[in-house]
Amino acid sequence: MTEVFSIRTYLRDIPLPFCPGCGNITVMDYFLRAVHELGHKDLRKFVFLSGIGCTAWIPSPHFEADSIHTTHGRSIPAATGMKLVRPELNVVVFGGDGDLVGIGLSHLIHAARRNMDIKVILVNNMIYGMTGGQVAPTTPFKAKTTTTPYGSFEHPLDATRLVVAAGASYAARWTTIHGVQLKEAMKKMLTTEGFAFVEAVSQCPTAFGRRVGLKTVADMLRWFKENSVPLEEAEKMTEKEIEGKIVVGEHVSRRLPTLTETIHETIEEARKHA
Amino acid sequence: MNKKKVEQSTFFWQGNEACAEAAIAAGCRFFAGYPITPASEIAEHLAERLPQVGGIAIQMEDEIASMGAIVGASWAGAKAMTATSGPGFSLMQENIGYAFMTETPCVIVDVQRAGPSTGQATKCGQGDVMQARWGTHGDYASIVLSPNSVQEMFDLTIQAFNLAETYRAPVILLADEVVAHMRERIVVPAKIEILNRRKPKPTEKAFFGVEEIPPMPSVGAGFNVTVTGSTHDEYGIRSTADPKVHQKLVERLVGKIRGNADRLADVEEHNVKNCDVGIVSYGCTSRAVYETVDLARERGIKVGFIRLKTVWPFPDKIVQVMAKNAKAIIVPEMNLQQIFYEVKRAVGNAVSVFPLNKIGGGEMITPEELFTEIIEGAWKK
Repeated sequence: MTEVFSIRTYLRDIPLPFCPGCGNITVMDYFLRAVHELGHKDLRKFVFLSGIGCTAWIPSPHFEADSIHTTHGRSIPAATGMKLVRPELNVVVFGGDGDLVGIGLSHLIHAARRNMDIKVILVNNMIYGMTGGQVAPTTPFKAKTTTTPYGSFEHPLDATRLVVAAGASYAARWTTIHGVQLKEAMKKMLTTEGFAFVEAVSQCPTAFGRRVGLKTVADMLRWFKENSVPLEEAEKMTEKEIEGKIVVGEHVSRRLPTLTETIHETIEEARKHA
Repeated sequence: MNKKKVEQSTFFWQGNEACAEAAIAAGCRFFAGYPITPASEIAEHLAERLPQVGGIAIQMEDEIASMGAIVGASWAGAKAMTATSGPGFSLMQENIGYAFMTETPCVIVDVQRAGPSTGQATKCGQGDVMQARWGTHGDYASIVLSPNSVQEMFDLTIQAFNLAETYRAPVILLADEVVAHMRERIVVPAKIEILNRRKPKPTEKAFFGVEEIPPMPSVGAGFNVTVTGSTHDEYGIRSTADPKVHQKLVERLVGKIRGNADRLADVEEHNVKNCDVGIVSYGCTSRAVYETVDLARERGIKVGFIRLKTVWPFPDKIVQVMAKNAKAIIVPEMNLQQIFYEVKRAVGNAVSVFPLNKIGGGEMITPEELFTEIIEGAWKK
């Protein structure tokens, strides 16, 4: 790579809205580094879609690119329609855990099932941050949030394992302390044919960390570090031992027929018989 | 149907089939839907036919996703449609609001059945008239067309696409089970007028304002367009606190439809200026009116009617002309007085307005019932 990476190459000149210490900035940075290292000098070949929540504001309107900021949880259906009509575009979805794993979960599963060739980045901060720190489907058991003041009585969902089971071509999970791995996973995601998914476990110091005893960003990152277990190790552990851990690594990478391929084969077939 | 495109000819089609063929004729190349009675035939027909013309038909996981997918397809440059019935129409309302706010042309077909809720899935109703107008939240205006024959399922579907492209707005084809499921003779005309959205020039940047109906770029065309359902300025940049930006945007969005109400008004009228009794009707219910007029004429009663092909924006002025001439206006509907109150609002105190309603079981209002209302109804007392 001859040119030096500058994040400004890919951004509009609009101030970022994120709180100090927000993990979204880290994810944005590593995503754009991945784009840069793949040789894209701009974002012209990309379309970005997002729903509602802090993560939705990573691309919209900050990326100097086409960006569609949809309704809450509905970025994946819009991305599906867009990619089917314009298969040559790189369609990338950014979403938080509330957006993609809460209200929009059905679409996430079905996109993986269809092997819809879109790239999905889940920024999982384990909380509804924008609305002030309510419990999410990803919130750890017993964590105190504004809507679980006595601690959460529910168990969290593992989105990465879910999309693997549903049929994704690529899925990886890292945290915001795993910068290099996160960037490499995003590069692999962007070059995968089919549904590709990267979960970035991320810190929300404003609405989550300070309520669960992790007062500073550094405390949160240290917690990620101490709780992360590589996939290879996790496979040797019992379910009970894994509970509360963050299983990091590449969960799947495989070549499967994509929806764009199968739907366009169908069109060719139908045209022959028309 | 093996022909790639429908050519000028006469067919014996089901209403839903006519709607699907009209969509193809109008240039629709993307359909996303979810199975629901009594609209499923539209999806089934397009699943067979769209691939033959290089288009895409996909069954989504629900109606929310269907509506989301057509919004995405529209921004990718395709003419796109979905079709549903009441319960699915309810689920689509959020993204219909999004399509309105982001000025995304698309067509939503609602084949009405008896509601609320699951209601009577296979039976006709006209209970979604107000939902088609006010279904999504916030200030908005909608363009809603109501066909009363298989021919109009074809003609008004094309019209719906043309209006969606012209006004850069979602357009609703408000059909009903009777019109959608019956079979009739239909003539596909030799020449069909097709209108397309205005594309921006390479130097243009204001895709959400300045002009009343701004040009619309597609994604992937180098415009770096930012689309958002949040309040935004002329360039699509979010502005979620400035009252002026919100007021300017939403007044323009509502104004481009409300302000063009006269141009959008499409009605069939008969004896509006010379009638004793006027009837305002739409959809399947209006089919009883023609015979009623004949029955009344035999008794020497002059009956005039207005049949709404455009239900929204409501054609106030045309109804007001009738109000000046008629002694009473009767509004027959297969719901509990939805357009009735709209007619009352439009005519004020100029004339008395009387409802005639029937719901459930798919039972239509008959010409005899309408005639009875004319000769001995409440308006006479």
